[in-house]
Amino acid sequence: MLMKIDKIIGSAIPLKGNDIDTDRIIPARFLKCVVFDGLGHHVFEDDRREEKSRGSVHPFDHPEYKKGTILVVNNNFGCGSSREHAPQALKRFGIKAIIGESFAEIFFGNCLALGVPCLRVGEKEAALIQTMIEEKPSEQYTVDISDLTLKKGKDVICPLFMQGTVQEQFLSGTWDVTGILLENQSLIKQVASRLPYLNWA
Amino acid sequence: MGKTLYEKVLEIHTVAKLPSGHLQLFVGTQLLHEVTSPQAFAMIRERDLKVLYPSRNFATADHIIPTTSYQRPFADTVAEEMMQALEKNTADFRIRFFDLEKEEGGIVHVIGPEQGITQPGMTITCGDSHTSTHGAFGAIAFGIGTSQIRDVLATQTLSMEPLKVRQVRIEGKLNPGVYAKDVILFVINKLGVKGGVGYAYEFAGSTIEAMNMEERMTICNMAIEAGARVGYVNPDQKTYDYLKGKPYAPKDKDWDKAVSFYESVRTDPDARFDDTVVFQASSIEPMVTWGITPGQSVAVTGNIPLAASVPPGEQKLFKEALEYMSFTEGTPILGTPVDVAFIGSCTNGRLSDLEAAAEIVRGHQVKKGMLALVVPGSQKIKRQAEQMGLHTIFKEAGFEWREAGCSLCLAMNPDQLKGKQISASSSNRNFKGRQGSPTGRTLLMSPAMVACASIYGVVSDVRELIQERKK
Repeated sequence: MLMKIDKIIGSAIPLKGNDIDTDRIIPARFLKCVVFDGLGHHVFEDDRREEKSRGSVHPFDHPEYKKGTILVVNNNFGCGSSREHAPQALKRFGIKAIIGESFAEIFFGNCLALGVPCLRVGEKEAALIQTMIEEKPSEQYTVDISDLTLKKGKDVICPLFMQGTVQEQFLSGTWDVTGILLENQSLIKQVASRLPYLNWA
Repeated sequence: MGKTLYEKVLEIHTVAKLPSGHLQLFVGTQLLHEVTSPQAFAMIRERDLKVLYPSRNFATADHIIPTTSYQRPFADTVAEEMMQALEKNTADFRIRFFDLEKEEGGIVHVIGPEQGITQPGMTITCGDSHTSTHGAFGAIAFGIGTSQIRDVLATQTLSMEPLKVRQVRIEGKLNPGVYAKDVILFVINKLGVKGGVGYAYEFAGSTIEAMNMEERMTICNMAIEAGARVGYVNPDQKTYDYLKGKPYAPKDKDWDKAVSFYESVRTDPDARFDDTVVFQASSIEPMVTWGITPGQSVAVTGNIPLAASVPPGEQKLFKEALEYMSFTEGTPILGTPVDVAFIGSCTNGRLSDLEAAAEIVRGHQVKKGMLALVVPGSQKIKRQAEQMGLHTIFKEAGFEWREAGCSLCLAMNPDQLKGKQISASSSNRNFKGRQGSPTGRTLLMSPAMVACASIYGVVSDVRELIQERKK
């Protein structure tokens, strides 16, 4: 039952700018919640409102990007606090993979725990991909974890970078502790069957 | 070489050794409450996972419950939302929910033992650090985070690193007016609030053996305040007598088998501990915390320490505590004015705690101007106490007699200190702001000592009142 992640296929969202922090991703007032579920609605809420008041449209409000699952960012994305709410909010919005020039370390780790791969590209490539998306928002891309490339159809656009051990965790599904634990389901049942108190219950 | 109970229980619950080197441990019982479980259930839904053993999970609502009235919907909309989430989650995943409306609710660490869910030799987890309470029955019980709650829901297992075991032995007879709470506050004072990090504490010795189950629960409850995630007492006849006949206890022909299993997990006489410490019961007096950690305590007749007597590493915390509490070094704790008296919590909200407090309060009046609360640990305890007439004693003295819940222990409900109020509290934590006011102050003590403080309006020595009564 390990959730192996080898490919993410979908349209993309370009989000330009360096040092976009976790407070911008999900403003602190949305942290008081029963479930992480609602966070998707509030992702980038303040940034989106600000863009609106200036008469422009934030990429997360752009009707053509609405179904985007691949987020393309620039430098030091996700800096700030350690809260899991930021990647949770992005994931709940529908983001399944993030391509960027670099990521804040804790944010990267939190994304890994949620099964959202963060892949690095060079500055030029990031800009190139963002432009491609803007030119044709409906285009489908493939983030291929097995050969670490970004593809459009069968054409490779550029290589993607990710540490080998992290790549392995996504490909094998071991990024997910729950998955590792679930793998031992027959052993779990064995232990359960020999625990005396379970048979009296 | 013999084994400790901790080693034996871990052994029979080990599913596998994981590539990370941690153990995959089977969790016999998971207890759930409204604050830390909703995100875990959300993760289960999101991943389309199942709850592997619904019958090994039990839920109750306690942290956010208003204790003036259970009337729904709760005035606090977030509390109502959390309550509804728990109701929905337990219904959707077929998990037994101990319902307030059916008068079977209460604090999670009170109802586990009350229902006979908590049993010797079992592993128990809950998204709450005071899960160590259940160790009083010879279970290995510990608090976990939300992602681990998810893991236990989905697999009934979790990944964990084994602990070392320190035997904390207390020998001899306790003096009158000295209770289990004083013993554990004493131990925390001596071993430090971080002393137990990496350890399970096995509480043993003649003092512990002489204690009833509720006293043992008070001891194990606060193991976590000593830094130990796990605290336990070896099961004995008292454990079995308490458990027998409880709704979830083994029945009929299973009972004898159960007792031999319980006996088999007891620490062997030749077991080796990673460390052993011994204290004499006779040296323990009624204890009161004066600071902002449960380790900052003195005997009720003692003085707040002098800065000169505090080790260099603790100077900063010492100064911070004095400043926060507005206390002066070297002054007696006796006579410190208190504004609020709180009797309750998973540490000291059980029937024998209420009895001990009522015995002190009987025939006295709460000092004018003080707020005094009794919040039973469960609805069952509340009913039992009412049958015994304890509520009348408390109410006649000027206490408020509330519905069960966590209440002022952590002030997630409307029960909160105001401003710099000082609370004499039978709860477990005196952290800054713990009781609801960012500047509120908490003095931890036994329920009898809280009762005594409520009568005089100042920190008082309960032994004097007991002496007085004997005359």
